[in-house]
Amino acid sequence: MNMQQAIKMTAAETALVDAYTAQIGDLPGDGSVLSVRDTLVHELRTAGLPTRRVESWHYTDLRTLLRAVPAADPTAFADRVEALVAGSTVLSVRNGHADLKGNAPEGVTIRSYTDSLLDGSAAAGLAVLGSDDAIGRINGGLVRGGLELTIADGTELEDPLEIQLVQSMGQAHTRFPVSFGAGTKATVIERHLSTDAGESLVSTVNDVTVGEGADIIWIILQQQGVADTHLGQIRFDLAKDAKLYLFVINAGGKLVRQEIHGKTSGEGADFKLRGINLLGGESHTDVTFTLGHNVPHTTSTEIIRNVVFDRAKGVFQGKILVAKDAQKTDARMACNTLLLSDDADLSSKPELEIFADDVQCGHGATVTDIDHTQLFYMLARGIPENKARAMLVNAFVAEIVEELEDEPLVEALEGVISTWLDKHA
Amino acid sequence: MLEIKNLHARIAEDGTEIIRGLDLTVKAGEVAAIMGPNGSGKSTLSYILSGREDYEVTEGDILYNGESILELDASERAAMGIFLAFQYPVEIPGVATMQFLKVAMNEQRKYRGEDELTTPEFMRRVKAAAAELKIAPEMLRRPVNVGFSGGEKKRAEILQMALLEPKLCVLDETDSGLDIDALKIVADGVNALRSPDRAVIVITHYQRLLDYIIPDTVHVLYKGQVIKSGDKTLAHELEANGYADLIEAAA
Repeated sequence: MNMQQAIKMTAAETALVDAYTAQIGDLPGDGSVLSVRDTLVHELRTAGLPTRRVESWHYTDLRTLLRAVPAADPTAFADRVEALVAGSTVLSVRNGHADLKGNAPEGVTIRSYTDSLLDGSAAAGLAVLGSDDAIGRINGGLVRGGLELTIADGTELEDPLEIQLVQSMGQAHTRFPVSFGAGTKATVIERHLSTDAGESLVSTVNDVTVGEGADIIWIILQQQGVADTHLGQIRFDLAKDAKLYLFVINAGGKLVRQEIHGKTSGEGADFKLRGINLLGGESHTDVTFTLGHNVPHTTSTEIIRNVVFDRAKGVFQGKILVAKDAQKTDARMACNTLLLSDDADLSSKPELEIFADDVQCGHGATVTDIDHTQLFYMLARGIPENKARAMLVNAFVAEIVEELEDEPLVEALEGVISTWLDKHA
Repeated sequence: MLEIKNLHARIAEDGTEIIRGLDLTVKAGEVAAIMGPNGSGKSTLSYILSGREDYEVTEGDILYNGESILELDASERAAMGIFLAFQYPVEIPGVATMQFLKVAMNEQRKYRGEDELTTPEFMRRVKAAAAELKIAPEMLRRPVNVGFSGGEKKRAEILQMALLEPKLCVLDETDSGLDIDALKIVADGVNALRSPDRAVIVITHYQRLLDYIIPDTVHVLYKGQVIKSGDKTLAHELEANGYADLIEAAA
């Protein structure tokens, strides 16, 4: 008896598969790329979007939450916006199309990712991370463009590099393979914006390799509209003595999943994750993180701060794996949450999987309301309650922004946070 | 200026009655000391005056310039000129001291219908007041009370008091944890604020602070009531004889 039953596809699944079918012959790629795409879309069609029964999607049932895929509007125009930090080199990506005009800073080579699809060099990178990698699958099937950045050994960029993704309605799928050479120093700001209230769906996959002794700050600033779906994934690999400081700020979107998957491959590598999730309305925001400490003597710290208003739902999943040989690993993870309404919800799932026996690892999670003693102290100085609350919420997240120690960047991010809080608190 | 009439109050959470029929009048220009053994309700009284919501007034009234303030929240009372110097000033990581001072001063001004201070004017006032209290500029660059020593916290409280120019100052055990030099600086700061239109309530355990801030009246609090009032000599009597005799006489 044949027990195999075709699943009944949801509207969103149908729309994604249809989007692929409609673009056959038009999606960029050589034979090897197209064959990977076919496999990915076939998997999507047979497995469907992940449900809560898939462990890594337990708190974000994508199949239920992604009700529809917004239709593209060929007339929708995404305008570029001013750089977050004055003086940055802006790499503009509008409605999924990367703009290659403009000057690359010295030491930085910029190539169209579409070209890498066309000549097949992108094929290997399109592989998914595992059978539950829905973002890799959707993105790999439908990706049209993006940028490939190569930063030459020893390059020190004085000004930030801003990858500015602006979306107006419809869907866009982009990729950014970025390779930082040995001894490089740079700040990259990956910024996701939408220009209007129309619905959009964007997926972005970044593949970042950090060379020996490089010192990189990477900011993901997601400020999409209240009707938007954001599926983001950043993969990274740290060489010997490489440092990556990843800062994720979610301050927008309706359905957001930002995945972070990394590994340390060289001794002395250091990874820092700082995350700020500003959640309001009916939004659902998921930050899922895995880190493999694969070699001895590597360190990581992760601090996530969630501020949850209204009926918003937040998820943080953090998993640190320490390989058998990765002695002297030092890893600390913390997830702190301010729940500011009775209907707000946050699920936090920290996990440590340690196979080495000489390591220092820890994790902690707290969920609190505003500190009443602090609130009273501010009131007793004549600060009205709503203002005092806003200041305390701001303080809860500002503390980790200030760690960045780059004044214009700190100021810009604090501006984003206070603008968001003024609207929601 | 302040009239407390037959005040009864309890802890909101568990209903424990702390203030049990307290009467107290403090006139403009007066410095009133409130003394009493541990647990007599001194700190609770300071919190109730400033509007902390953890306490519930069940009977009686508090009149400030003739008007009941029971319905006003803490920020409104502060803007009307009631200032509490905390026994344990609260640390607020992430809020810069200068921002905190500026917001507090300007919010109070807004409440009273006055113009906000310009940044240069604000800076000028802070610098002048900080210099008087020997507060180093580095301290003002830290988050509110974070990393301050006990003495620094108390001086920071007096700095806030000087900048906010309240009409009724309530000092809750401001002397606790201060060495003699710090005590003098704090006392000088308070004395500088003495004026005919301002009243000060000094809550203290010990006579020591009252050598530097000479009170006009002294009131002894016990089990939530004022059991004896007098002039500054009462404080000396208490220092010499303790509270036992008074408590016995009141029982």
